[in-house]
Amino acid sequence: MIKEFRLPDLGEGLTESEILSWKIAVGDTVELNQVIAEVETAKAVVELPSPFAGKVAALHEQPGAVVEVGKPIVSFEVSDDAPAATAAEAPLPPASEPAPPPASEPAPPPAAELTAASLTARTEATEPTSGSPGEAKPAVRREPNLVGYGAFVEETGRPVRRARRLMETSTATLPAQPSTRPRSTPPVRKLARDLGVDLASVPGTGPQGLITREDVQGYVGKDVGGATEGETGVGQPLVPDGAAARERTVEREQRVPIKGVRKHTAAAMVASAFTAPHVTEFLTIDVTAAMDLLDRLKASRLFAGHKLTPLTLVAKALLVALRRNPTLNSRWDEENQEIVQFNYVNLGIAAATPRGLTVPNIKDADAMPLLELSEALSTLTEAARAGKSTPSDLSGGTISITNIGVFGIDAGTPILNPGEAAILAMGAVRKAPWEFNGGVALRQVMTLSLSFDHRLVDGEQGSRFLADVGSIMSDPAMVLTMV
Amino acid sequence: MLEGAINVLTDEVGPGANSPGGQGNGTTNPLRTGGNLVQLISPAGERINHPEFDVWIKDVSDYQLLSLYEDMVVIRRIDTEATALQRQGELALWPPLLGQEASQIGSVRAIRSDDFIFPSYRESGVAYCRGAELGEIIRPWRGNALYGWDPHRINMATPQIVIGSQTLHATGYAMGIQNDGADIVAFSYLGDGATSEGDVNEAMVFAASYQVPLVFFCQNNHWAISEPVRLQSRVQLADRATGFGIPSMRVDGNDVLAVMAASRIGLDRARKGGGPTFIEAVTYRMGPHTTADDPTRYRDANELEDWAAKDPIVRLKSLLSVKGLLGEEAQASVQAKADSVARELRDACATMPDPAPLDVFNHVYSTPHSWIDHQKDHYSRYLASFGGSSQEGAL
Repeated sequence: MIKEFRLPDLGEGLTESEILSWKIAVGDTVELNQVIAEVETAKAVVELPSPFAGKVAALHEQPGAVVEVGKPIVSFEVSDDAPAATAAEAPLPPASEPAPPPASEPAPPPAAELTAASLTARTEATEPTSGSPGEAKPAVRREPNLVGYGAFVEETGRPVRRARRLMETSTATLPAQPSTRPRSTPPVRKLARDLGVDLASVPGTGPQGLITREDVQGYVGKDVGGATEGETGVGQPLVPDGAAARERTVEREQRVPIKGVRKHTAAAMVASAFTAPHVTEFLTIDVTAAMDLLDRLKASRLFAGHKLTPLTLVAKALLVALRRNPTLNSRWDEENQEIVQFNYVNLGIAAATPRGLTVPNIKDADAMPLLELSEALSTLTEAARAGKSTPSDLSGGTISITNIGVFGIDAGTPILNPGEAAILAMGAVRKAPWEFNGGVALRQVMTLSLSFDHRLVDGEQGSRFLADVGSIMSDPAMVLTMV
Repeated sequence: MLEGAINVLTDEVGPGANSPGGQGNGTTNPLRTGGNLVQLISPAGERINHPEFDVWIKDVSDYQLLSLYEDMVVIRRIDTEATALQRQGELALWPPLLGQEASQIGSVRAIRSDDFIFPSYRESGVAYCRGAELGEIIRPWRGNALYGWDPHRINMATPQIVIGSQTLHATGYAMGIQNDGADIVAFSYLGDGATSEGDVNEAMVFAASYQVPLVFFCQNNHWAISEPVRLQSRVQLADRATGFGIPSMRVDGNDVLAVMAASRIGLDRARKGGGPTFIEAVTYRMGPHTTADDPTRYRDANELEDWAAKDPIVRLKSLLSVKGLLGEEAQASVQAKADSVARELRDACATMPDPAPLDVFNHVYSTPHSWIDHQKDHYSRYLASFGGSSQEGAL
């Protein structure tokens, strides 16, 4: 039986640790509590004792890797009938039979009036077994973070606090990074996490710059719009680390075998790009009204607790427009020399996951009211990011959306998900000077890019479809004219 | 600094010092300097005779000496296993007791079962000897409950995380004992850092004023997280107590017999109406403050080595060996006990059920309480609003 050891939270509330070294190799037989790795957290360097006795089946991370808490780091082949606890080996001279502890004799009354009370060892007869690890001294040897601050040490000699490495290297060279985390409260942090918002980029309006719930919601709703919603992005903040990069001593080139999701993605893209003649069209629109609608919906009772983002609206607009332009929801069946017209919509959402690009789809998205659609989007993207998309999630799509706005991008020429006739890329929602009521005003603007398979879709149909999506996004009330 | 340091207990308060209107007590506990430390077993494992302390441990038979050793080995093993469990993600946190075995065992084994103990958070060895189940000891550290055991079952309060607060609880309890006219004693553990806390100072004021039956047992393990004791106190900790008019002793905390003798003296004074006693057990925290701490960041490795040479278990082992009490069979037996306890601990951890969301309300008050019921009702309806799927509910 294979058992995984997942990286635990080694401090109080840590989210990741760096594997410094492995003390074991694949194939090694390890005992319970045998030291298997040295790991550095933000607080300390610690040794990891094995939670199982068995054989090392796989090491999932390389030394130097920074691993999130909860990710598997080692797999063990554990014999089925041996629970971890019993497989232990005694730390000191192995115990044979547990003779009854000699201590259990009743104590003679002590001198004076004193307590005969507890002068016997706390020995309940427990069954004999060997336990586990031995001198696992938690002693460690590096000095990352200090718990507490400490006082200045008198010049009495020995314990002299060492200078912090970070300080020495960083002061001059490293570009400014927020050194303290933004001030906020736990519920607001959670909200930000749920919304995929990096608090460091949210200006706080509370006392002393405290970031409030409204600040976060406002940030999501208005300031960056599409770029904050993380529907498809993993949202890695780009840390400027020029100095760190210079220090790095990596090889100048690296060769990585083509496999897994990367290989699959490549095959699909090549197949798609060289079988379906792509046409891409662009449309830039004023989405201020749609963003206002989004705010109103978010504030409404109906959507309380639900995640609504620009993507939700674009998805809905696409589904409405598709009803008037069904050829965009079809497939070229080369083998049978047939065009398959779908009377349902399985809406794919391109998701950048830790494992690579995947396009899970929402089944029968066209039948969903907005609320249900928003739920489905959340569920889908969460599963994708957690790497839990099912094979069924990943197959059977009929049309796709890719949200490049989360990366701050406006437009592109998306490549079709193989077998589909169209893919819509939504750009970032930006504030820009725009024509409004005959003058120039600061409006919220977004660019839509639509690629379609020219075998199936003519320029006219593609254009009408894109115009419909654009007209809903620039004036949501236009839906009334389409349904 | 421990070598040959034998000193006489000089803490008896002179008559009149505590009498109503009594003024100065400057003659009590004459200022100690240097190695004024009571020691009955040397670091090399030799039994050192002491004219005043010996009488308090003369009843300790060979077998009992061996049983003290066994308990110390077992609690060190509990500590090792719990530390491993934390590294394996089974416990959220663990405060190691490594190096403090003699202080914990020597004291708890002197306390009568009807006396009441108020521990800090590091007294897992005390709890074990007091009869706490292994699962109960680790339960709060796994985050499964806010408490460990039923305090009334083993006459020991649950671990106190707030530094030094337990000394106030102990003082109040001791005042209650006084009111009841009972012959039991409150016994409060604290650490060196706690002596700098307001709570502890207030506790000593009240304990001295009311002359309550209480023993302050301070394990001076030299480090309050990263703060060395020498920076916290310009005087020895035992001398802080005398400022309150509380007689104090300073004993080698790695010497189980010295600790036991001192504890018995303190308990005896309290039981006989002599008021509070302060014991400074000079020991050393050989591990980190908790599993989330890295002592190498602030502590010199040489210091650890120095203290390893004074290891409480090694010391007692030498004494037992010289006495011919620790043959192979006895060693194997102690080892087997430690192994079985470690296994039991791991099993208890693995089989511990997770708490239900509403459990948090269950032990706020010992009797029904309308406001808690109100909150519980609200929270249960809130949980129900998730439609039955199990939700954490917080935030």
